[in-house]
Amino acid sequence: MSAVLTPRTDSPEAPAAPVDTTSAWSRWANEHRKWLFAAPAMAFVAVLIIFPVAWTGYLSLTDAEGSVRAESEFIGFQNYLDVLTDTDRFWPAVWRTVLFTGVVLFFEVVLGMAIALLLWRPFRGEKWVRVAILLPLVATPVAVGMMWRLIFDPNIGMANQLLGWIGIGPQPWLAGQHSALPTTMFIDIWQWTPMVVLILLAGLTSLSDEPQEAARIDGASSWQRFRHVTLPLLMPTVIVAILLRGIDALKTFDILYATKGRGGGSFHEVETLNVYAYGLSFDYNDYGVSSTVLIIFFLIIIGVMWALTYRKKGLGR
Amino acid sequence: MRRRSIIGTSLAVVAAMSLTACGGDGGGEGSKTVRVTLVNHVWTENIKKVLPEFEKQSGLKVEVTQLGEDQLSDQYNVKLNAGSDDLDVMMYRPLQEGKLFGKNKYLADLSEKVKSDSAFEFGDFQAGPVQATTYEDKVVGLPIITEQEVLYYRKDLLTKSGFTAPPKTLDELKAQAAKIEADNPGVAGFVARTGKAAAVTQFSSFLFSFGGDFVDASGKATVNTEQAKQAYAYYGGLLKDHGPENISTDMSWSEAMAIFTQGKAAFYTEANSLYKNATDPTKSKVVDSVGFAAFPAGPAGSKPYNIPSWALGVNDSSENKDNAWKFIQWAAGKEQALAQQTAGVPGARASVWANPAGTASYPKDLAEANTVSTANGVGHDRPLVVKVAQAREIVGQPIVDTITGKDAASSADTANAAFQKFLDDEAK
Repeated sequence: MSAVLTPRTDSPEAPAAPVDTTSAWSRWANEHRKWLFAAPAMAFVAVLIIFPVAWTGYLSLTDAEGSVRAESEFIGFQNYLDVLTDTDRFWPAVWRTVLFTGVVLFFEVVLGMAIALLLWRPFRGEKWVRVAILLPLVATPVAVGMMWRLIFDPNIGMANQLLGWIGIGPQPWLAGQHSALPTTMFIDIWQWTPMVVLILLAGLTSLSDEPQEAARIDGASSWQRFRHVTLPLLMPTVIVAILLRGIDALKTFDILYATKGRGGGSFHEVETLNVYAYGLSFDYNDYGVSSTVLIIFFLIIIGVMWALTYRKKGLGR
Repeated sequence: MRRRSIIGTSLAVVAAMSLTACGGDGGGEGSKTVRVTLVNHVWTENIKKVLPEFEKQSGLKVEVTQLGEDQLSDQYNVKLNAGSDDLDVMMYRPLQEGKLFGKNKYLADLSEKVKSDSAFEFGDFQAGPVQATTYEDKVVGLPIITEQEVLYYRKDLLTKSGFTAPPKTLDELKAQAAKIEADNPGVAGFVARTGKAAAVTQFSSFLFSFGGDFVDASGKATVNTEQAKQAYAYYGGLLKDHGPENISTDMSWSEAMAIFTQGKAAFYTEANSLYKNATDPTKSKVVDSVGFAAFPAGPAGSKPYNIPSWALGVNDSSENKDNAWKFIQWAAGKEQALAQQTAGVPGARASVWANPAGTASYPKDLAEANTVSTANGVGHDRPLVVKVAQAREIVGQPIVDTITGKDAASSADTANAAFQKFLDDEAK
């Protein structure tokens, strides 16, 4: 094996016999070193990412249903036409996905920023507070979903009991047709704000003190210092937080599925694109249509990613 | 030139990876290990306890994978779609997945095997369940659990409100539920499944008892007949008017059962096979006061469903079919069927019902209710189609609509149109 790693500039006095048998291979390996070392990773990407996406793309052009091993017909873009004109399930799901992502992102970034600023300066008991804030982050989303489902149970849940003590009547929470989506948003915000805190805190810690001091000497108020000094300097980090969290929020599945089950509830109250696509393949066995929805979803995510990175570059200039 | 070598290398690595993957042990032709996938159920708990017995007598090793109902479905979907051979014996729902699996040829043909063994006594299985596990004249599964819908009720609450007997008709049920709810603040008169798809099976007995069905003899959708509209209005209305406060429209049996066993409801219609949840002191607060009665009669009489809820089949891609059959031979055999029945799981063999020992352990009123249901029962509890999950969502819509206060009749009309379109698509 060491022969493979022998540099090409090796002295010609090297033992003759072993070189003879390995030289062709070793020369070849040397010439293609970067490809050789990258090969496992490339194979991994090919097998686990490119192939599935390509296969999904192919399925989306067929009428595959029941079993993917069954015969299916190539039907061109018929599925895309059907899905994009479906105002019953598809477009409401798109709207819910956008609404869910927009709302949770807004609150997570605003709350995350506020908490990060609070934690920025050292204080007594800081360590404990940080641990407490990070706790939701380390819990499994499905477990979190189950926990909140119990808390928000309209009949035997704790939330309504607490409300009862302060004289407010029981609320339907997850059970309500209109309150279910906001309730799942709340759960998502509860769970993922700590991640935003973590990212922003890292960004804040790396900022140098000088601009702050300069602003202070110039008589800027603390709000002015935040608005005109801290925030612009922190912007690249904020964009990263939005990017990471935004893509994740678009793809949220576990919390929604754990709290409302298949189809996002009986009225599809929390059915986002991801939940919809899952139902299409696992409940309806409509693999063609499901693949179509997933490909469209994939394109949406790529679009959002592109828009955000483009904005980030614009800010960098 | 350079590009070609990249592809060559990647292919070599992929090939190496897949070859290593094949090297795993277990399974394979004639392997001594039988891989059995079972659902979370009292039946499964019982069978696990006696597995060592089977392993000793057969010399085989049984590997059990146990999953919840939904996870089980998903697992089958993924593995059977991939043509995986690492499932040998599969516990499945004949009415939910039977047609789909049959159509996709996922289940091995067991016709020869069941007939070749006289001690297995295939003729002992009830005709209805056998029909559900037969696809295109081939036996593809053996029914192990049957289910009938019964009325669960609270004896103490009935007595307190002055009723001496559980309701015999649906009208009486409504009246008693209303009175008990008025007499006991915080207790609902009635609870049942409310989830759009989950409720369909338990709603079916109401539908049949009002004289309706999902589909008529000619295969047309019939969920907007006068009878069906009345059934939707009754079931949804009862839950809306006398159900728990802030009622969720996502409840399956576990949520509805929890409300009943926490003492928060007087009446509950559910499958009898789940009765242990209400009589087991570790799960229920109403052990001493729970009673069982036959499904109340509607305008068309008392017509609960009587269905084979679970069966055992063999994966057609399995390379260990003979040993898989040995497991089924034992687990669905006469001896185990009687043991299960005695332990509270209603079986599909006629002999266990005829045997007094088979019903001795049941609460007396439940055994009586079971007898009535088995006699009058209807053999299905959901539309018998290939894409059952989708059909359930369609015919379940009027249930949730009615619970949330919408008009049952107009919702049933909409659902019927959608259901007819679904049936037409499936017939294509």
